[in-house]
Amino acid sequence: MHETVTLTLDGETVTVPAGITVAAALVNRPVHRPVIRGVDRTLERTLERNADRARLAIRTSVTGAPRGPLCGMGICFECRATIDGRVHVRTCMTLCRDGMEVVSGV
Amino acid sequence: MCEERAEVLVVGAGPAGLAAAAAACESGAEVLVVDENAAAGGQIWRAHRGAGVRPETRALLERARRARLLSGAVVFDAALPAARPHRLRALVAEGGPAERIAERVAEGSAEQSAEQIVELVAERVVVATGATELFLPFPGWTLPGVLGVGGLQAMVEGGMDVRDRRVVIAGSGPLLLAVAASLRSAGARVLGVFEQAPRGAVVGVGLTLARHPRKLAQAGALLARLASVSRSYSSWPLRAEGDGAGGGGFLRRVILRTGARDRALDCDLLACAFGLVPATRLAALLGCTIEHAVDRGARARRVVVDELQRTTIDGVLCAGEPTGIGGVDLALAEGAVAGHAAAGDLDRARAAVPRSRRERRFAAALERAFALRSELRDLPADDTVVCRCEDVTWGAIRTWRDGRQAKLETRCGMGPCQGRVCGVALEALLGWPLETPRPPLIPVPFHALADTTSETRIGPPCRPNSGATSAEARGWLEARPEGHFKAR
Amino acid sequence: MIDSVIVVGAGIVGAACAEALAAAGVAVRVIERGRPGGGATGAAMGHVLVLDDSEAQLALSRLSRDLWDARRAELPAAVERDECGTIWVAADDREMAAARAKHEWLGARGVESEILDDATLYGHEPNLCPGLAGGLRIAADSVVYPPCAVRWLLERAAARGAVIEEATPVRGVLDGAVELEDGAGRARRVEADAVIVAAGIDTPRLVDLPGLVVRPKKGHLAITDRVPGFVRHQLVELGYLKSAHGAERTSVAFNAQPRATGQVLLGSSRQLDDDDPRVEPEILARMVRRGLEYLPGLAEVPVVRVWVGFRPSTGDNLPVIGPVPGRARLWLATGHEGVGIATSLATARLVADQLLGRSPPIDPAPYLPARLSSPAPDTAPS
Repeated sequence: MHETVTLTLDGETVTVPAGITVAAALVNRPVHRPVIRGVDRTLERTLERNADRARLAIRTSVTGAPRGPLCGMGICFECRATIDGRVHVRTCMTLCRDGMEVVSGV
Repeated sequence: MCEERAEVLVVGAGPAGLAAAAAACESGAEVLVVDENAAAGGQIWRAHRGAGVRPETRALLERARRARLLSGAVVFDAALPAARPHRLRALVAEGGPAERIAERVAEGSAEQSAEQIVELVAERVVVATGATELFLPFPGWTLPGVLGVGGLQAMVEGGMDVRDRRVVIAGSGPLLLAVAASLRSAGARVLGVFEQAPRGAVVGVGLTLARHPRKLAQAGALLARLASVSRSYSSWPLRAEGDGAGGGGFLRRVILRTGARDRALDCDLLACAFGLVPATRLAALLGCTIEHAVDRGARARRVVVDELQRTTIDGVLCAGEPTGIGGVDLALAEGAVAGHAAAGDLDRARAAVPRSRRERRFAAALERAFALRSELRDLPADDTVVCRCEDVTWGAIRTWRDGRQAKLETRCGMGPCQGRVCGVALEALLGWPLETPRPPLIPVPFHALADTTSETRIGPPCRPNSGATSAEARGWLEARPEGHFKAR
Repeated sequence: MIDSVIVVGAGIVGAACAEALAAAGVAVRVIERGRPGGGATGAAMGHVLVLDDSEAQLALSRLSRDLWDARRAELPAAVERDECGTIWVAADDREMAAARAKHEWLGARGVESEILDDATLYGHEPNLCPGLAGGLRIAADSVVYPPCAVRWLLERAAARGAVIEEATPVRGVLDGAVELEDGAGRARRVEADAVIVAAGIDTPRLVDLPGLVVRPKKGHLAITDRVPGFVRHQLVELGYLKSAHGAERTSVAFNAQPRATGQVLLGSSRQLDDDDPRVEPEILARMVRRGLEYLPGLAEVPVVRVWVGFRPSTGDNLPVIGPVPGRARLWLATGHEGVGIATSLATARLVADQLLGRSPPIDPAPYLPARLSSPAPDTAPS
């Protein structure tokens, strides 16, 4: 049994520990902070925090608001994403598998 | 479509379900357990990723080793009116293995399978579907970063990294402290635990514990672990605020009220839920009588059972949280009664009843202590989203006289959660009883509704790739165009 | 002179009648045994279309569609009107011939439609299964959300003084009066210059008229989670009418509707004389399989809800609209089967015009209750 799994989250390839859920992989994903030279520390910290927090959003509500997981057990449907072309899959109930393609924010 | 037959079908592999399976096995019945999660244990004994099932789960699995366990299987329909032999229909997730518990205990590897439908046939069914958290809406509760209490715990068990995260825990119930301790072990910084019940009520529970030495020891140990964590009572969240436009975006801080004082706490995560409510949809679908004591709120809804855990439908029993919230020990006790009774071993079932009665009394004391205060009904503002699936606000919903009209007019409850979040919240806030559910009990893909033929297969577990799918189902599966439907 | 009217039933037809009469200055009282739109209306698809199965059906549906279109600017957003159009899908050359016949028949009567070859069909609807021959597109057909359409009509009626009584069961209906039950079980009588019974499948209980047939025709529906763009038009198989008017007691036909939310609503099934409110897995499965034949990609799309509705079905595929013979103050507006939403506004127009002595825009004769005692022959296209 492998220790890690490699999958694609919104086009980006990530390697995660085996046995974690797709929801966990999404909220844990690497943060990409814009690198802006010469800004003050406060702004830099704000950008860091926003990029960091944005990871908690997995889907977009019907009126366009970002949403993240609520119940963690498959009843709230706020963690839905498209996995391997299949729509509206609950990521908190789905384990990561090698080669999975996940599209979030839908 | 595959068919799995058993004498006793247990739906749910949490404490109640596994206790029922173990008891039924010990009484000599042929048992099949189904559970929607990838690993057994339910919510409270959720398997931690990578570490396998918990010791508590393992112990019961060992006692139930003669049973079959079908994981990743969610029951979405049943032959109605429900009559023996009961026939339930489950969707088995892709990658969900079908195997003997014995194999699982030995951690043998499982075959990967495609998503498919299984018909479950049994003389008796034990419904052990557990509970869900009660989420009450308040301004900002839909911001990413606001999760349930068990919800955040489940995410962490699923692999979410919370190291160095500042977490506020709010709401109500024993789960708050348990999760606080667990989150600290996972490296989170718990800024405080905010319980809406008054301190006196919770202390009163402590006194009740004196009669249950083991529980007292557990509670003591828990409080010791949390010695450095600030705990407030008579406290509840007023709103969650983000740092986006108009306070939206992502969670930045929580405003909490304690008595007359309000305070703001900057945080990364807010874990908030107001206790547990019984998960009664399967029992309701099967036609079991459900008691709605709506004057006491959503948490008082329960499946009606007699002392032997039998519901009002012949051959259907119910154990654990769906018969009334009561925690692990009650679930284990009720599961034992139900398992023996389902196997036809009424003597052993009756012998197990006194323990369930004792646990029920303790559970009742707990429920009283953590009763929800009336201020919680006033938390949502008119523009607070209540139905998260369809973005329907409190202002749009509360003008209607009943749930059905509100649903048709506003679409509240018509989303994929099928009212599990909003409907339960409205049950608590407005006293609107939940509607009897229609199938599918959970959204399922169309192909799950297309096949009603079944091939009888008795005995060994169903191997999905062995050609057991009906020819008709295969026929239209093959007729599909290249690839799945791609989302826009 | 009609000064006051009672409308029994606040489904789409009752609500439309109430609105039309209130707009004309009549004092209207609507009596609804449950909640408005709680019967067939609440289960309905809300397809606003023209039908060509008979001259009378065309006249009624065309007038009604025009009335819906004329009011499009008034409809609140909640009514979710969407002019998505209909495509009658032709699976093979035989059905293509039928599509062409429909096209000519409609064209001769001034209704626009467009023949689609297979390439054009797939250009419009890429998720249809391969191998279809083409279809007939009627661009001006639309879709509304029925419960909110009822609310809109009732609010407009109320703004003109109509009184709406909900949760009020009707014990009996007389010539110019209605008998109600009050909370204590006592009878209460309300009188008016005319009573219009728009009570759907409950009508035969209330009105004793030889030849009046209003029977429940059960239908299943399933709605998906949001998949915007999956279908763009309401898609109906050309064999639909075979199912709708067929002699078989139980039948299914492909009918898929895009909703403004991006959900897909799938129908349809028919079981005559069935009032069992349960979802029947066997019938549902047949309906779903038919749907998957036309839209195979639906196989993986999650279904969020399944429900049933009961179409009020008459014996001759036409609704009953007009005065009951011999009882000038008792009117019927019912039996719209599966096209109630579409034909509601024209029904209301016919009722209001006849009651108020105005000249209706179409001949009311084919729908009159008087026909029931002497059925007339009817012509339909091939």
